[in-house]
Amino acid sequence: MEATVTTANSEEKTWGGGNEPMRASYGKMMMWFFIVSDALTFSGFLAAYGFSRFKFIETWPLADEVFTHFPFLHGVTAPMYYVALMTFILIFSSVTMVLAVDAGHQMKKNKVILYMFLTIIGGLIFVGSQAWEWKNFIQGEYGAIETKGGSLLQFVDKDGKRVALADFAATLPEERAQLSRSKATWFMEEADLPSYSVAEVQAGFKAHPDLLIRTEVLTEKKEKTVLSRAESEERLAQAAYVVEGANLERNEYGSKLFADFFFFITGFHGFHVFSGVIINIIIFFNVLLGTYEKRKSYEMVEKVGLYWHFVDLVWVFVFTVFYLV
Amino acid sequence: MSHAHESNTARIWKVFAILSVVTIIEVILGIYKPASLNFSHFLGMNLLNWIFYILTVFKAYYIVWAFMHMEGETSSLRWSVVLPVVFLVLYLLFILLTEGNYIYGVFKDSTIKWNF
Repeated sequence: MEATVTTANSEEKTWGGGNEPMRASYGKMMMWFFIVSDALTFSGFLAAYGFSRFKFIETWPLADEVFTHFPFLHGVTAPMYYVALMTFILIFSSVTMVLAVDAGHQMKKNKVILYMFLTIIGGLIFVGSQAWEWKNFIQGEYGAIETKGGSLLQFVDKDGKRVALADFAATLPEERAQLSRSKATWFMEEADLPSYSVAEVQAGFKAHPDLLIRTEVLTEKKEKTVLSRAESEERLAQAAYVVEGANLERNEYGSKLFADFFFFITGFHGFHVFSGVIINIIIFFNVLLGTYEKRKSYEMVEKVGLYWHFVDLVWVFVFTVFYLV
Repeated sequence: MSHAHESNTARIWKVFAILSVVTIIEVILGIYKPASLNFSHFLGMNLLNWIFYILTVFKAYYIVWAFMHMEGETSSLRWSVVLPVVFLVLYLLFILLTEGNYIYGVFKDSTIKWNF
């Protein structure tokens, strides 16, 4: 315990031990070491994301069209608002964390308890919000068709408004049982079947002459290309899969890599937030027990604070790269 | 540690206000996407994205300097943390932009229509 809080004056006994390089205690310095390496890890991920996006720059999904949900507002298109709220929650929990550190410097135990508590609550709300965002992302809203060539087709009406598969797909008498290990073919299983088959979507499309197909290709106006009816029918003839929602293999929003990077980067960040909350809870109980009061230093709060701010810092970049640019 | 016992609450709330305002500006720009910024070109990127990136770095500066209390550390610690990160990130960005652009060209000009 003493080793983590060295207060010796280093000016006079440089070689006598007990001094602190760069006037930072061992624990704080190691936290900075960790943060630098973790920052480079995240930079690597974001750079990989940027690389893949650059590679598919003309077909990348528009974030505004993907993240449009807001709690309790069903059917309302609300791009950005929810993620902006999440950002505020995380920034505010960063503020309460730094207030806890500040109170710790003045040895005000009760204030540290209050602010750390608020920080933990903020962190939990953030993780919960992220789970909700993932749920919507995985569930999807409209559904799409993947062609044999691997490109993705979405459906719009005459005004360019998105149409869900459920709104037009026909019902054909072609029920197919899902393969599972206990039924049908010897020990074979498959992913959940989509709600509609390719033939049902094609038949439904034929029955609704006002429907059009939207491809992934971005126009000069930074919108997705809408095909003519004749072109649409031609493209739909090459349909291979019905895609609903998102998983690691394919997603209804567009480029396959988009969902992969979304899951990986926000997941990795969410894991950081989660572990940050756990660490905060441990330190919170130590504060309650008076550990740092006895130690006469709240430096431990400062160290977990560094980690917590770092998590906020990463989110600032994830927010920009995934939702804004 | 001279800063150890004085309270910085006023500064903390000020930084919170700055971060909030910047986030609100980002969100408003992200929702409305003004055409004059969105369709302009400056050094290979549109002005809107430049604004987003600059505001992000601006926010990052305040988080690291005020919240992580970098401004109170010795300059040797400050630079040994900031310089390696900045240098390596710039290096990564250079590689990403160059190679991403090259691969984009390969797909655009070659007979490969789609690749995963």
